Amino acid sequence: MNNVQNKKRANKSLPFFFKDEFKVFFVIIFFSTILLISTFTFDKVPPILNRGIQPATFPKGLLILIMFLTTIVYYISFKNPWKKEKKLPKPFFLTILSFILFVIISKILDFFLAISVLSIFVSYNWGEKRVFYLLLVGIIFPLIVFIFFEMILGLRFPPGIITNLYYY
Amino acid sequence: MMAPLFSSKLLIVLLFGTLFGLILGVLPGLGPTTGGALILPFTMTLDPLSAIVLLTSIYCAGTYGGAITAVLINTPGTPAAAATCLDGYPLAQKGEAGRALGMATVSSTVGGIFSVIVLVFFAPVLAKLAYEFGQPEYFALAIFGLTMLASIGEGSPIKNLIAGAFGILISTIGKDFMTSIDRFTYGINELSVGIGFIPVVVGLFAISEMLTQSTLLDQVFKRVALKAVKLPSIYDYKKTWKTILRSSGIGSFIGVLPAEGGTVASLIGYSEAKRFSKEPEEFGKGSIEGIAGAEAANNAATGGAMVPTLALGIPGSATTAVILTGLIIHGVRPGPDLFREQPDFLYGIFGAMLIANVLFFIFGFFGAKLFARITLVPNKILWPMIFAVSVCGTYSLSQSIIDVWIMLFFGVLGFFMRRFRFSVVPVIIGLILGELVEGTLRQSLVIFDGNWLMFLTRPIALTFFILSLIALAFPLLRSKKQKN
Repeated sequence: MNNVQNKKRANKSLPFFFKDEFKVFFVIIFFSTILLISTFTFDKVPPILNRGIQPATFPKGLLILIMFLTTIVYYISFKNPWKKEKKLPKPFFLTILSFILFVIISKILDFFLAISVLSIFVSYNWGEKRVFYLLLVGIIFPLIVFIFFEMILGLRFPPGIITNLYYY
Repeated sequence: MMAPLFSSKLLIVLLFGTLFGLILGVLPGLGPTTGGALILPFTMTLDPLSAIVLLTSIYCAGTYGGAITAVLINTPGTPAAAATCLDGYPLAQKGEAGRALGMATVSSTVGGIFSVIVLVFFAPVLAKLAYEFGQPEYFALAIFGLTMLASIGEGSPIKNLIAGAFGILISTIGKDFMTSIDRFTYGINELSVGIGFIPVVVGLFAISEMLTQSTLLDQVFKRVALKAVKLPSIYDYKKTWKTILRSSGIGSFIGVLPAEGGTVASLIGYSEAKRFSKEPEEFGKGSIEGIAGAEAANNAATGGAMVPTLALGIPGSATTAVILTGLIIHGVRPGPDLFREQPDFLYGIFGAMLIANVLFFIFGFFGAKLFARITLVPNKILWPMIFAVSVCGTYSLSQSIIDVWIMLFFGVLGFFMRRFRFSVVPVIIGLILGELVEGTLRQSLVIFDGNWLMFLTRPIALTFFILSLIALAFPLLRSKKQKN
């Protein structure tokens, strides 16, 4: 009981910039502002071709609306603070890391290899240690999917060190 | 109505779609929206009717499939089955899992068939009405749709509005469709064609769910044993028939409104069942009426959600947004002209939905035990496989690796949106309505010579604006009432 109360007190005493409400507010306002500024760089249409409003007007309106609504959400959170979320566990960060690996490998080496690496990496970090199942999710299944898409849809996957072996 | 369906190919498609939908519905975290988005590339090999039949059968069966896991493992297979957990699982714990699933199956089928009847009669009427619509009316209607989504959708209305506006903002990326001026492309050529719908849907639903599952690895499901699904007894029918009919009506109505379709419908169906029940104290402890109320409503929302999708081209739920994309990809433009020019196509869809409801009744009744076993596939095996299909499916539509990266980006974004209680459904609806909202606004302003006040001179548009204001005020009034 005491522990719970101490925790609650600790949450209350957090500086405002550590609270989820502020972080969400800040991220939305920050990116909306950048996007809003970039709308001023959009080309303008000469009046004779302009139909109704300039191409930048509509996104500008939307961004201002988003910023306005976000401010309201933040204001409301003073009265009704958000529930504190649990800390994210290690597998979450490893999954995010696997996405980054996927992007790098698919860009530099091979699309199929990227899928295989991600599948094995995720499966292993989520607790699968049996080699057969790792091979199943990392090689056998992606191969089936790859061939299925290639044959049924006539899809051509981007070239890479492994995909080239299949095509040539 | 059934004539276009009497071909072996269509029946096979229907059978496959129903089975696939059930599997998707059973698996927590997946559902008809993700499944529809993933299967969309494969529909390119089919003719338009088969493609839409496949998607609609996945929609109907997937919505029902969620009930199986809701009853047996207390985890809704789909968000629409969340209310089913409240009474389905307690009843299953009492050793009556078969009875609970029997009621869920029967009420889902009745709700689904009821909504198809609503669709058959109501969609053509709405389509006829849509002939009166010009650009200002469509703009006002789209705004009404978005405000409804905010007001009766799940969670905070303001957060829903932010998510909806964000969805519309995504639709503005790329070349402006009226002037061909680049917007938010930052010199990246691939962005000049805009952001595709499928990468966003797969990211927001499948990839964000994968990230959610990565935070739930220590979760242990306690599965209740199921011997066989039992048809409800005469006593159960007597007790629930009014609830089933009421929830079917509620579900169909909620489905027509652009909102979160089955999810909201089942919650309202459940609470209304409790309100009208002679034994409200039984709710939450295994009430058979609670199961009937939730399940009839969520399946009734499927037909309801198809009404604005087909008649106006405005989706009634996230899954119908995927179906709408399927229609557009196959060159079918929903709206009043579709009803005049391709009635066979439409009746094919109506018939397919009707048969899908009967099929999932049969599969659910005889195969629920088998489908429940699918949940035994561990997440550490299942999700890497889903990832592989998601990546290939997303890549296949435009054969662009950028689409795959966009999918990953929206996956991470969707995870954080859900973590901070922002619904992802308004983003999808906003994205699909974005072009309509902007296009009709700008064309209306051309018609009105830039005078915004002219919107108020159009009676239908004015009605939709007033309804939008009411929709926005509704959550405020509701919270005030709750406080009182």
